Amino acid sequence: MKVLVPVKRVIDYNVKVRVKADGSGVDLANVKMSMNPFDEIAVEEAIRLKEAGKAEEVVAVSIGVKQAQETLRTALAMGADRAILVVAADDVHQDIEPLAVAKILKAVIDEEQPGLVLAGKQAIDNDMNATGQMLSALLGWSQATFASKLDIEGDHAVVTREVDGGLQTIKVTMPTIVTVDLRLNEPRYASLPNIMKAKKKPLDEKTAADYGVDVTPRLEVVKTEEPAAREAGIKVGSVDELVEKLKEAGAV
Amino acid sequence: MQYGLTEEQEMIAATVRSFVENEIYPHEELVERTGEVPREIADEIKRKTIELGFYACNFPESVGCAGLSHLEFALVERELGRGSMALNHFFGRPQNILMACEGEQVERYLMPAVRGERMDALAMTEPGAGSDVRGMKCSARRDSGDWVINGTKHFISGADHADFLIVFVATGEDQTPRGPKKRITCFLVDRGHPGFTIRDGYKSVSHRGYKNMILEFDDCRVPDAQVLGEVDGGFEVMNTWLYATRITVATMSVGRARRVFDYALSYAAEREQFGQKIGKFQGVSFQIADMITEIDAGDLLTLAAADRLDKGLPANREIASAKLYASEMLARVTDAAIQIHGGMGLMDDYPLERFWRDARVERIWDGTSEIQRHIISRDLLRALGA
Repeated sequence: MKVLVPVKRVIDYNVKVRVKADGSGVDLANVKMSMNPFDEIAVEEAIRLKEAGKAEEVVAVSIGVKQAQETLRTALAMGADRAILVVAADDVHQDIEPLAVAKILKAVIDEEQPGLVLAGKQAIDNDMNATGQMLSALLGWSQATFASKLDIEGDHAVVTREVDGGLQTIKVTMPTIVTVDLRLNEPRYASLPNIMKAKKKPLDEKTAADYGVDVTPRLEVVKTEEPAAREAGIKVGSVDELVEKLKEAGAV
Repeated sequence: MQYGLTEEQEMIAATVRSFVENEIYPHEELVERTGEVPREIADEIKRKTIELGFYACNFPESVGCAGLSHLEFALVERELGRGSMALNHFFGRPQNILMACEGEQVERYLMPAVRGERMDALAMTEPGAGSDVRGMKCSARRDSGDWVINGTKHFISGADHADFLIVFVATGEDQTPRGPKKRITCFLVDRGHPGFTIRDGYKSVSHRGYKNMILEFDDCRVPDAQVLGEVDGGFEVMNTWLYATRITVATMSVGRARRVFDYALSYAAEREQFGQKIGKFQGVSFQIADMITEIDAGDLLTLAAADRLDKGLPANREIASAKLYASEMLARVTDAAIQIHGGMGLMDDYPLERFWRDARVERIWDGTSEIQRHIISRDLLRALGA
């Protein structure tokens, strides 16, 4: 089985995000970018499937600016076998919307014929949480979102999902799309031998036009604002005072 | 892409950095407080380093290691320099002088060291022989075909965890026009060998938990098989293999300075006095500007020196400049970071007082700043006959 893993280049989770002066979005100039953490979990899971003998090949795909090839190299250094970069924008500030991403992924999947797509449940930049679901609809494949556990059993997969009320286990028919949640695994560091090998692994470069997908934005960002600053806390001298303050705040 | 670095090299640096942030930082406070690295934490760091193929990455592929270039290894150590010396000791980088092992020494010392099965430490300094290495009193004499070692070594980092020591001792003296000159031989001595004891050294202000140990040799008898390199050839093995260790001090100083800088920068951007962020005051903002300029300069100087080694160019002066500049830069940067933090910078709520203390030794070990200046100026003046 071949596993396809879409990975997105996003602002690093450690970076203190700054809104652009004109409010049109987040300032990404000269900012550290990394692989979306949920996608890292997806890559890790794909590699584990390969190590367990349940997958033969892991293919990473990224859609965005040319610099996303760094993100793909990271996936290759973690252990993915090859990568496909679909250049769909020149400007780092242009986010490719979920439907366009899903359409391009569908075209890649038509060519690659993977048995499983493992994707992050959402990207930490815009938190859309939509690509996996849209891809499922476009392909007519089953989907299992928010996965915290995944078992492949022949022609179906058993997936534990993190839902609001707790955990839900479902069985889906393969091929399927699984979007992964935080607790599925802990991604590995790239090993030194794999870093050295990553450069030699194939990385195909395509464009959105190659797949006939129009990536023109359909959504308009009206305004981007910083969240309200958190107010400073207070120190209390005793448990009694703590309880009193909590009561005042209506917290107990 | 960073100036002069390939994508792999950037990835190596990023991986080590992330390792240090996730596997080293969380234990630093404990080590600082207790002055010890608990066995299980040491073993865990070592195990993970081996798994990732980074253990002994300064050793060549011929002994099953990664064979990083000097530049790549400098990047690894730069990122390690961010973290505690005591902890990152277990991100093992055995002394590459072990490549001088011959015959059965290969299986007894070299291979176990690069596989992480046995740890080494290097012993040169003595109470009476610091910068003046040839002034060493620790000596070995011939006795019925063996060598009998007597004397004391101190400031021996890593000896507390070492399974064997690489020890330099005097094995004779030559008369030269410039006075008597000691002949030096390098020996491999196992922990627990009769006549050899390792004990705790002094309590240092810098790098708590990275202990400096005292070695005592009392009629310690070793056979010829323990000689590393040639008899009386200690300076040759030293010059061949220990040449580049000053890059370690330089590059680790750069890594630590960057970590310190991040604290200073965010504090300057957040702390308010007189109704505005202190970073808006020129007195602070200019310090920030000077700090980052000096850090970048130290970084480039160090990587350029390592690159010269990779290209086979003479690098003695360049390495000395990098070691001198980077270690002194770290002192200025840690001092400025504390100034920006004001009184809080001195409190152990922040790690800045630790970085400030740790910085002090970098100007002393592996050749003091004065020795580096001597090397630099001699290199230039001697060529002109001065």
